Amino acid sequence: MDDKGFFMRLLEGVGLAVAHFVEEMGRIMVFFTETLLWLFRPPLNLRNIFKQMEEIGVNSVGVVIIMASFTGMVLALQSYTGFKRFNAESLVGTVVALSMTRELGPVLTGLIVAGRAGASMAAELGTMRVTEQIDALATMATNPIKYLTVPRVIAGFIMLPLLTIISNMLGIFGGYLVGVKVLDANPVVYMRRSFDYLEMNDVFSGLFKASVFGLIISVISCYKGFYAAGGAEGVGKATTGAVVISMMLILISDYFLTAILF
Amino acid sequence: MIQVINLYKAFGRKQVLDGANLKIKKGESMVVIGGSGSGKSVLIKHIIGLLKPDKGTIVVDGKDMAKLKGGEVDNLRKKFGMLFQGAALFDSLSVWENVGFALKQHTKLSDKEIRAAAGEKLKMVGLAGIEDMMPVDLSGGMRKRVGLARAIAMDPEILLYDEPTTGLDPIMADVINNLIIEMREKLKVTSVAITHDMVSAYKIADRIAMLYEGKIIEVGTPGEIKSTKNPIVKQFITGSAVGPIKVG
Ligand SMILES: Nc1ncnc2c1ncn2[C@@H]1O[C@H](COP(=O)(O)OP(=O)(O)OP(=O)(O)O)[C@@H](O)[C@H]1O
Ligand SMILES: [Mg+2]
Repeated sequence: MDDKGFFMRLLEGVGLAVAHFVEEMGRIMVFFTETLLWLFRPPLNLRNIFKQMEEIGVNSVGVVIIMASFTGMVLALQSYTGFKRFNAESLVGTVVALSMTRELGPVLTGLIVAGRAGASMAAELGTMRVTEQIDALATMATNPIKYLTVPRVIAGFIMLPLLTIISNMLGIFGGYLVGVKVLDANPVVYMRRSFDYLEMNDVFSGLFKASVFGLIISVISCYKGFYAAGGAEGVGKATTGAVVISMMLILISDYFLTAILF
Repeated sequence: MIQVINLYKAFGRKQVLDGANLKIKKGESMVVIGGSGSGKSVLIKHIIGLLKPDKGTIVVDGKDMAKLKGGEVDNLRKKFGMLFQGAALFDSLSVWENVGFALKQHTKLSDKEIRAAAGEKLKMVGLAGIEDMMPVDLSGGMRKRVGLARAIAMDPEILLYDEPTTGLDPIMADVINNLIIEMREKLKVTSVAITHDMVSAYKIADRIAMLYEGKIIEVGTPGEIKSTKNPIVKQFITGSAVGPIKVG
């Protein structure tokens, strides 16, 4: 009926959403900058850092192992099916190793940690916010960003690459299992093919990406928890928001990092 | 000791504080009363600098809060102890780590010494021996008392209480009232309590101030407040649904 009205409203809606997004990214940058400033101001709370390394890293090992092994296995199956069509089956090991270290290891690990540790970080800090525990920290002359955010960001930055190393090894191992046991490849040849074409640079750029993802996850999740408002519902929203935004930013930054690094 | 001068604060379009003025003398126990959502918590959070005024000044100990830098704010805050409405204990820390938190952050004491100091404070609030319990395992009254022990851990000069008795049974509420009186007598602290529990207000206050529509509309001793001529204050302290205060 009223076409102009509809399009105007649509435009207005999109405009508002974009404005809101830009504003939120701005606040995240401010939060990140503040975190960095506190990060370089000693002393560091080692106890909290280790606790967070356990929370983010050690407690994620289980899911990461399962994710990486099955990813490596299915990669081997899929690339075998494809490569067989032009008689390149012997390259299965190479493809698995390169895909895991350059791309799937860091990205899938990032996504899984975002879902697991990112969600729990946002929920924990969100609960602390709505129950006034963050205010309580401030009243005791303790900066909440230094006490809560800095250890999580450091832990994310360190643990993501370590988890990715585990991912890479298990992915390659999963591919090897399928290649040798299911597809009857020669074990020695498979192994050689896996590593012959793999360069140190592939591994390191993957680990560098993982560190960036670790930063993204911890900063976004802390930010979302920090600014949670409105009781249990607010904490729920903050948690969902943390996971969704982290995942988006991981995928988006992955493209740009890849474009720059390779 | 504490001066709130012409304080304005709005959240979005909602004007919560609209020119509030309040003076609290050294060693005095001031109680701020007011309805739910009238801005009592917002007022007390300004006093300790958790919220920044849109307009107006908070002067503590002769210093303008807004003019202090980060480190100076923290130094001033070490003079404060605050008991939050929901106690705000740290879930991830045990009772003694909660009580000793500020000592851990700001002194060089060993864990053993902090634990002992925390034990002392817990004894003061009648909770000796619960050092190793976790906050989730405590009842509401115990949480408030642990919160109080934490607030006095650094021997503050000023204690802020956000609804210390709300949600407690009458006996536990009286236990808390007595503790607040004891803190003032033993530790000589200046205190600001906010509440809508009139029994508690009469018992712990030297003076009572009423917050209504963003302003302090009356200040007086409990006796003066009881015999007030202001119809708004009268309606509030007698707890009547009929009167000038708009309900809903
Ligand atoms: N951080 C905030 N953001 C937005 N609005 C807020 C914030 N803090 C308080 N408010 C609003 O300010 C008003 C006053 O809140 P406040 O918590 O001070 O009330 P109160 O007098 O302490 O009430 P109660 O007795 O229920 O604790 C409320 O309408 C509340 O929604
Ligand atoms: Mg309140």
